[in-house]
Amino acid sequence: MPLPDNYLEYPHRRYGMDHDRYDWSDMFQRKPIAWPNGARIALSLVTHVQYFPLDMPSKPFKAPGALSMPYPDFRYYTNRDYGNRVGVFRVLRLLAEKGLKTSFAINGIIAKRYPALLRAVVEGGHEIVAHGLDMGKVHHSGLSEEEENAIVVEALRLLREESGQAVTGWLSPGRAQSFNTPDILARNGVAYGLDWANDDLPYEMRTGAGPLVAMPLAYETDDRVVADEYFQSEPQWVQQVRDRFDVLYRESAEGGGRVMSLPLHSWVSGMPYRIEYLREVLDYILSHDGVWNAPAGEICAAFRASN
Amino acid sequence: MAADAKPMQSDLGLYDYLPWNERPKIVWPGNKKIAVWIAPNIEFYEYDPPNNPTRTPWARPNPDVLQYSHRDYGNRVGWQRMMAAMDRAGFRGSVSLNVALCDHHPEIIRACADRGWEFFSHGIYNTRYVYNMTIEQEREIIRDAFDTVRKHTGQELAGWLSPALSNNFWTMDILSEAGIQYTCDMFHDDQPMPVKVKSGRLISMPYSLEMNDVIVYNTQKVTPRHYGEIIKRQFDQLYKEGAESGTVMCIPLHPYLVGQPHRIDAFAEAIEYIAGHDGVWQTTGREIAEAYHASGAYDAFNAAMAAHKAEGGSR
Repeated sequence: MPLPDNYLEYPHRRYGMDHDRYDWSDMFQRKPIAWPNGARIALSLVTHVQYFPLDMPSKPFKAPGALSMPYPDFRYYTNRDYGNRVGVFRVLRLLAEKGLKTSFAINGIIAKRYPALLRAVVEGGHEIVAHGLDMGKVHHSGLSEEEENAIVVEALRLLREESGQAVTGWLSPGRAQSFNTPDILARNGVAYGLDWANDDLPYEMRTGAGPLVAMPLAYETDDRVVADEYFQSEPQWVQQVRDRFDVLYRESAEGGGRVMSLPLHSWVSGMPYRIEYLREVLDYILSHDGVWNAPAGEICAAFRASN
Repeated sequence: MAADAKPMQSDLGLYDYLPWNERPKIVWPGNKKIAVWIAPNIEFYEYDPPNNPTRTPWARPNPDVLQYSHRDYGNRVGWQRMMAAMDRAGFRGSVSLNVALCDHHPEIIRACADRGWEFFSHGIYNTRYVYNMTIEQEREIIRDAFDTVRKHTGQELAGWLSPALSNNFWTMDILSEAGIQYTCDMFHDDQPMPVKVKSGRLISMPYSLEMNDVIVYNTQKVTPRHYGEIIKRQFDQLYKEGAESGTVMCIPLHPYLVGQPHRIDAFAEAIEYIAGHDGVWQTTGREIAEAYHASGAYDAFNAAMAAHKAEGGSR
């Protein structure tokens, strides 16, 4: 069948973006961001804590890291759950040694399944970010607004009640959204999201319930992406994270504050053979003057204050 | 089948086989050994594109915000780092342009134009494919591209890279008929050569899959520092061979990839290495096509091909 002629029509061909969520802007032309105490780099560590249900659906798509063997897939179910039982505590211990207060993006269902895990994160002084309900509940445009809202409400409720924190950050499973997700998040008291990969700095999105800040989260130097999608070694991950930091640090000398984001997974970096590579990365970054470590929510607030 | 369709063929016969050792010598301006050109793909991927029966734009249902935003990074952040690295090494770009970007981001177009960069067409959007189009529909895409680039930059299109590398069997014929001088869609050689089309003198311009950062990073999963290495090795070999007959090296880029902070320095160092050699012609696709014709290389290739056939060579 030939294509209909409207395939050659472009209703959103206009100045700026082809949607209304945010305006185009050139990062290098923005007003420089001033971090607290004149810091050059805001270091934003975000550790994913995830639960992959044994019966997770494959439609319309699976979140990365999903179970892939025939049911019951003990192999990946348990490998991922290792992060919740062992890996996360290894990461927490390292962060405590370094005195770092960071963010943990946690599936809501973890609050119910493993409340002790949540307590350990809170007691470590870290911020809880809602990471959806579980890794089988991806957000997509096939969900009605009511269905998606129910997932958001439940995830936030579980995490807020168990942690006692306000929980105003959000990271969707697989960083997947529907057309409605930012509206639903803002309506439920979420101040910032970590899904969008289009910037090295925070910027504001429009929603039907006020602005939502998009916080950077470096997709391509994510520990899981490098290990499980690129099949690169840990030393190669360390090198890339260092190289990323070096460029951002250099740019901060003239361009204003930068965000060095580092997405981690308790079932990836929390492995015994990987944890010392994470230490290497942290030692390198923290050896520089002007590095300010904070949970993503504090960095978001400082961005708003600077703006 | 649509009116324009015909059965698949094993080979469209678009180019001749002339063995490397029987080719006439290519001489570049100033007797340079190698023409090196950089082709940044400055692209716009749509948030909510229509489907094409042959290829779905996004792996996830629209909106695929992770992949969409990853591409958008190139137009908010990455392009500036890429452009600064090219400026430092003295390279102009030949922009492989989704022409709708002229409407969306005229600021980027202006920055490229101010530097004397060339624009060639990479279709309207990278989420609109020519698969399943009629010839007339595809001609309309070509007209749109010529008109848009002329209106926004004053340039007359010379080059073409099909949107997302989608093609039809007639594509080369209608590109040439519209006045396109070079195509980047074929990766069969390290030298330009005639493309056998119904009208015009279309040439195939060496582009590259293997030097292309999107293949390197998204398909081959190469590390940034290794990308720098392979660029230098590719160059070293073609530079050496260019002493015998002019070669072409292209580095196709995507600012959303090469412009990431963990990647830009390794790339910058590699192109500074290239620029540090005397026998390098740092040029554009358009200038290579012009030199190819002006030096008589197009006609010399066809004459050598005719002689090769007369001596019983195949095809």
